[in-house]
Formats: sequence, C-alpha cells, structure tokens
Amino acid sequence: MFCEKAMELIRELHRAPEGQLPAFNEDGLRQVLEEMKALYEQNQSDVNEAKSAGRGDLIPTIKFRHCSLLRNRRCTVAYLYDRLLRIRALRWEYGSVLPNALRFHMSAEEVEWFNHYKKSLATYMRSLGGDEGLDITQDMKPPKSLYIEHFLPRWKCEQLIRQGVLEHVLP
Amino acid sequence: MTEELDLSGHNSDAGSEEVVLTPAELIERLEQAWLNEKFAPELLESRSEIVECVMEQLDHMEDNLRRAKKGDLKVSIHRMEMERIRYVLSSYLRCRLMKIEKFFPHILEKEKTRPEGEPSSLSPEEFAFVKEYMANTETYLKNVALKHMPPNLQKVDLLRSVPKPDLDSYVFLRVRERQENILVEPEIDDQRDYVIDLEEGSQHLIRYKTIAPLVASGAVQLI
Repeated sequence: MFCEKAMELIRELHRAPEGQLPAFNEDGLRQVLEEMKALYEQNQSDVNEAKSAGRGDLIPTIKFRHCSLLRNRRCTVAYLYDRLLRIRALRWEYGSVLPNALRFHMSAEEVEWFNHYKKSLATYMRSLGGDEGLDITQDMKPPKSLYIEHFLPRWKCEQLIRQGVLEHVLP
Repeated sequence: MTEELDLSGHNSDAGSEEVVLTPAELIERLEQAWLNEKFAPELLESRSEIVECVMEQLDHMEDNLRRAKKGDLKVSIHRMEMERIRYVLSSYLRCRLMKIEKFFPHILEKEKTRPEGEPSSLSPEEFAFVKEYMANTETYLKNVALKHMPPNLQKVDLLRSVPKPDLDSYVFLRVRERQENILVEPEIDDQRDYVIDLEEGSQHLIRYKTIAPLVASGAVQLI
C-alpha cells in the first residue's frame, strides 16, 4: 500500500522516547521520494489519457495518487522537522559540543542545520548587552545554594555537570 | 542601593516617556513580565528596555561586589540576589525564544504585516534570530526533501503546517486595575455573550483571548 514507508518513518520517531534521536533513516527517506516520483509519473500519464482519450474513469485513481503524494510529503516533512526539534533540544541540554554518539545519528545536513542554529543563538545571546552578553542556556534552575565543593561558583559549572564532566557533590 | 534607573519607552507612539524606577521596581517589572510571558500562550510585546536596564543593573552589582571586602557577609547575599535576578532574566528570555521558535512562521508574518505605530513583539535581535531560524529551516527542508519531490509539490506553506498559538487556552490572572464590561464570548453555540466586571485584586480563570489586551496594558497580571 502507498505511504507505508512514510508511515514507518513516523513510527520510528514515535517509538523513540521524548528527546532521543534515532539514526537518520536515509534509506527510508530515499524510498519515500522514489515512491513519490513513481506516483507522480503515473498520474501525469493518466492525466494525459483522461484529457486526450476522455478517460473520466481514471480520475478517482488520479485523485487517490494525489492524496498519497500529499500524505508522503506531510510525513516526510514531519519526520525531518521533528528531528530538527530534537536536535535543537540537544543544544540546550548538552551545550554547543554534542556527544559523539549523538552526532553519528545525525545526517550531514542536520549537522549543518545545528551549526547554523548554534551560531544564531550565540549571536543573539551576545547581543543581550554587557561585554559578553548573557548565556541563557545557563541558569536553567532557580538557584538554591551558591557554591559547590572545590569552591567553583555554580554558574560556571552547570553545563559541565550536565555533560557528566563534573559531579555536584553536596557537603 | 538607592540609585534610580532610567527607563525610556523606545517604541512608544506618544513620544519617549521617561519613567524613573528604583532597582527594586525594575526587578518587580521584570518578574511581572516574566510571569506574563510564562503563562501567555502567545509571544507578548517585547520589553527590551527592561532587559537592558536589568543587564546594566547586574553589571553594577558585579562591580560593587568586586570592590567589596572579601568574606563580607553582604557579598554572599548580593551574590544570591544576582543569581536570582539572572535566573529570572534568563528564564524570561528563554521562554520568549521558545515561543519564537515554536510559532516562527506566524510571528514573522505578524511582524511583516504589523501596522505602523503598533509595538513589535520582537526585539531587533529576536527579529534577526527568527529570520535566520526560518531561513535555516526552509533551506534544510528544501535541500533534503522538497527539491527531490515532484515540481508541483515543492512548496510547503509553513503558515499552514506549523500550528498557531492556542489563544483559547485558559489562564489564571489577578486584576490590578478595575475593568468594567469585559465581553466574554461563548464557547459553545447555545451559550450567549455575557459581560463581566473585573474587581481590583480579584483572581480569575479565564480564556486568554478574552483578556489579551489587558495583559498588554498591565491591567491584569497572569499568575
């Protein structure tokens, strides 16, 4: 049945719990695009038939293929866009250097999108005033206490703690 | 700290208003803007003047702390205050950025069609950011998928694909200035319009759309 592959892409993301990024399904995407090409060509030829030979009976099939094309497109764009949202969330969770495990799950174009996003965000944060602007990816939680062991001020360490580099040890 | 801060209304239609606030009043304004932004379903008017003044305030406090005696108890307390203010400011700006990214085509469209004199919901920096976000995302979708699709399907209208903010969602609010004759539209067909008065100090749970202008004017505070 048409759109099976497209539905599979959606299911893949649906199965991955919130925030997790499965590997980019390049093969799946290619198959959906191929199906779209085939559907379109079949429709083109049927439209010509319908017009030149008055084959009105072909019209329901043409409409059906068109719906399948729209569905394929919708699923594809949803798949790609949802992945971008997950990737965007990674910048906020892990900082501007992504763990290798995650990067291997991203396509080259996704990495490029991520780099542009990082850059835009950095430009925006720098523009917030003062010498270096304000890093709003810090201070994600309301402050409770000031210092952690080794006397490093908390606000310098958050991202490192999240990345697992440092551990917050309570006295 | 009794210095007063200048808060000029940049986007004010009626000429530049100079409102002089104490630091405490400034932080109160920041907290109000923060809560409103947190609970409103749509992106609210940009308050760059508050952001700028708070950033200046934080710089002042940092300077004062550097000059203070080490180990002075006041230092810890001021540090905590700075952390708190920085948290609220960051949270406020994050909240805005998240809404901007979530509703980006609608926000850009609104900005493009904004009538002259109406204040913007975007600061100039946020505007630059969202334009880049749009371009980045559109280019990505085009290169990875759309340009490989049949010619009549290559254009996707993001205004139709990306959901709009739900202005019918319910919000809690507290009334700051008494309002009379607020028209409440029915939710379902067999209800009729009715009119309510909002008493100062009262709290309500109401559809955002009904009171949106009152949030903008400061007559109500979302909680």
